[in-house]
Amino acid sequence: MKLILSEEQQFLKDTAKSFARDKTPVTHFRELRDSENAQCWDETVWKEMVELGWSGILVPEKFGGSDFGMAGISVIMQELGKTLTPSPILSTSVLGVSSINMLGSDKQKDDYLPKIVAGELTIALAIDEGNHHDPFAIATTAIFDGDKWILNGKKVFVVDGASADILLLVTRTSGKSGESNGISVFAANKDNTGLNITKISTADSRNYANIEISDLKLEQSALLGEQDLAGETLEKILDLGRIAISAEMLGNTEEAFEVTVNYLKERKQFGVQIGSFQALQHRAAKMFCEIELTKSAVIAAMHAADENSNELERLASLAKFQAGETLHLVSNEAIQMHGGIGVTDEYDIGFYLKRARVAEQIFGTSEFHQARYADISGF
Amino acid sequence: MSDLTAFREEVRDWLEENCPPSMRTPMVPEEEVWGGRNAEYVNPESKLWLDRMGEKGWTAPKIPKEYGGGGLDRDQTKVLHQELFRINARQPLNSFGIWMLAPCIIEFGSEEQKLEHIPKIIKGEIRWCQGYSEPGSGSDLASLSTKAEDMGDHYLVNGQKVWTSYADKADWIFALVRTGPKEPKHNGISFLLIDMATEGVSTKPITLISGKSPFCETFFDNVKAPKENLVGVENSGWTIAKKLLQHERNFISNFGLAGGGTGSGADVVNIAKKYLGEVNGQIANLTHRENITLHKMKEHAFGLTLQRSGDEGAKASAASSMFKYYGTEHNKDRYELMIAAMGNKGLGWTNEGFSDDEQAITKAWLRTKANSIEGGTSEVQLNVISRRVLDLPN
Repeated sequence: MKLILSEEQQFLKDTAKSFARDKTPVTHFRELRDSENAQCWDETVWKEMVELGWSGILVPEKFGGSDFGMAGISVIMQELGKTLTPSPILSTSVLGVSSINMLGSDKQKDDYLPKIVAGELTIALAIDEGNHHDPFAIATTAIFDGDKWILNGKKVFVVDGASADILLLVTRTSGKSGESNGISVFAANKDNTGLNITKISTADSRNYANIEISDLKLEQSALLGEQDLAGETLEKILDLGRIAISAEMLGNTEEAFEVTVNYLKERKQFGVQIGSFQALQHRAAKMFCEIELTKSAVIAAMHAADENSNELERLASLAKFQAGETLHLVSNEAIQMHGGIGVTDEYDIGFYLKRARVAEQIFGTSEFHQARYADISGF
Repeated sequence: MSDLTAFREEVRDWLEENCPPSMRTPMVPEEEVWGGRNAEYVNPESKLWLDRMGEKGWTAPKIPKEYGGGGLDRDQTKVLHQELFRINARQPLNSFGIWMLAPCIIEFGSEEQKLEHIPKIIKGEIRWCQGYSEPGSGSDLASLSTKAEDMGDHYLVNGQKVWTSYADKADWIFALVRTGPKEPKHNGISFLLIDMATEGVSTKPITLISGKSPFCETFFDNVKAPKENLVGVENSGWTIAKKLLQHERNFISNFGLAGGGTGSGADVVNIAKKYLGEVNGQIANLTHRENITLHKMKEHAFGLTLQRSGDEGAKASAASSMFKYYGTEHNKDRYELMIAAMGNKGLGWTNEGFSDDEQAITKAWLRTKANSIEGGTSEVQLNVISRRVLDLPN
């Protein structure tokens, strides 16, 4: 495994970079935040992403996608992260596509994947139920009454849950909370009675929902994959999500760092550029080192996913951990080094801090992944 | 069959025939080979292995054949390393000459110097040491004051160097000397090669907080060094000095990876399980386990960064400061975690009450404190990153 990009991946990255610069600079996010747009992402921008084929990067060719792999989608996420571009790409094109593709029957793939590629459907994976990510702590139940599945429970902090057309509901069909066995996933239309979807308002001004599920009735055909057996595959799907958001967080970090270093070169106090102060220089140099480590962890994880490496779990946790730690550090230092202007809403750097803390929570914090890494490694 | 596959087979056959059996066993410190006029070989097969590898030029595989190197390209060198690794072959030669000096002579030296010095380095015939630091010039290396006066056909050298590793065992020294006392400090330095056997050169070993060390003080008292031993142009030695430091930093930063470089090669996780105990196969104390996990994750990401740098084909550059900084700080951290996990067993000085391994870890812990000082302190590395990578103002 070489830790570099192929020519095609580099090309895709360049395309995404131009897209973010031209179509969705940070002012785009600011306008969305200040608007009444309830879904927090822009329909037209998403359509343009779909036209570029980004909705189908992980979709196999026979269902209309490009099968370009995690490296492909990750470099796009990284570039979109630089300008804080909101879109349903993580929920739909990574988690939605992977869930349907890895759990679903051929019929289900046929039903959903081409529509996702065409931009006709957006998806959200509803998994968390508590204050912290804990993928097998599932209490939401699904019981087959001989004719239909009846679902009851609740989901929280569902990424893009407030706008998704289809919700993938992770439920327990047997076993106890905390066990990987006994997990089943169902696809439900957002308009189903029995689903009460509430958009929550988060610091990063993006799209998340809490969902109450009460006597939601679903056909047998709504079950994705085999009853009770989704746990192991779900872990892999989550790992892909973790890698993708790590790439986005790397992009957040790179941009916040670049903006900050540029500020150090411009801002003058005591008659000199503040970047000439060693107290700031050494902190900047340490951030540079951590960013280099993050780049390596992210590229290793995305290639591991594409090569089906048995190191995937460890590398996904390493990537999310390192991306989280580094973004945490850089988002804090970016504010401090900007001084007063850094804590004003008028200045963009605060957006990176707000996005950072939310992204750190998604699919497991650094603490979660540190514990997971230790367990996998046998420490 | 591709050329590379054919090459791999050739290497494999040659190693099968030429790598002596005891050279395929783990290295023991007494048998490490540094070459030189006064080398002693505890194991005669070490000498045989050095001679055979030196003859092929494979102690310095990338250096051109005309100077005694292997003349291999990047891919071939990788194959050679893989094949050596496959049979657990020992490093035939440790050499500051190969790691630091040879690349600089190739870049800055005259044709005569290349032909004179590089083959002897590669064959391990001449052992080199580095004369950089002085008692008054540590981080501010360019303030050095060892002077070399132009006496027509030779320079007359007077002054003192410090931290010259293995000066008492080396045959030659590459030294920074002041040839332009009136020039601005960076512009009056020259890069001079001096035979340690010359009259007026003397050395004295330095004892460290960890005990015995390879470091020495080196004194020059009216030493005559022939003019042909000046590398590059007089008073432009600083450029060579900086380049050589990058090679040195790359080499020291590898210490940051598990087992490498300084000390015992002990794994911090195994040490923790041994001295703190295990519960269900896990390190019993959860606070220690957390600290060690953080360390191992950083190590993993740092290792991937070294790999990525290689995959990107990066040469010695300002980024080598990052590797030097991070690798040495990480190594210090590892030994702190190790002695912390060992409790009172991590504090042994001699063998009353402590095993050999335990004492070795304590000594190695102390020795690592010098890693982030030698070859440019961590603070100097951070300065280099700030100025040369991030382009922050002076």
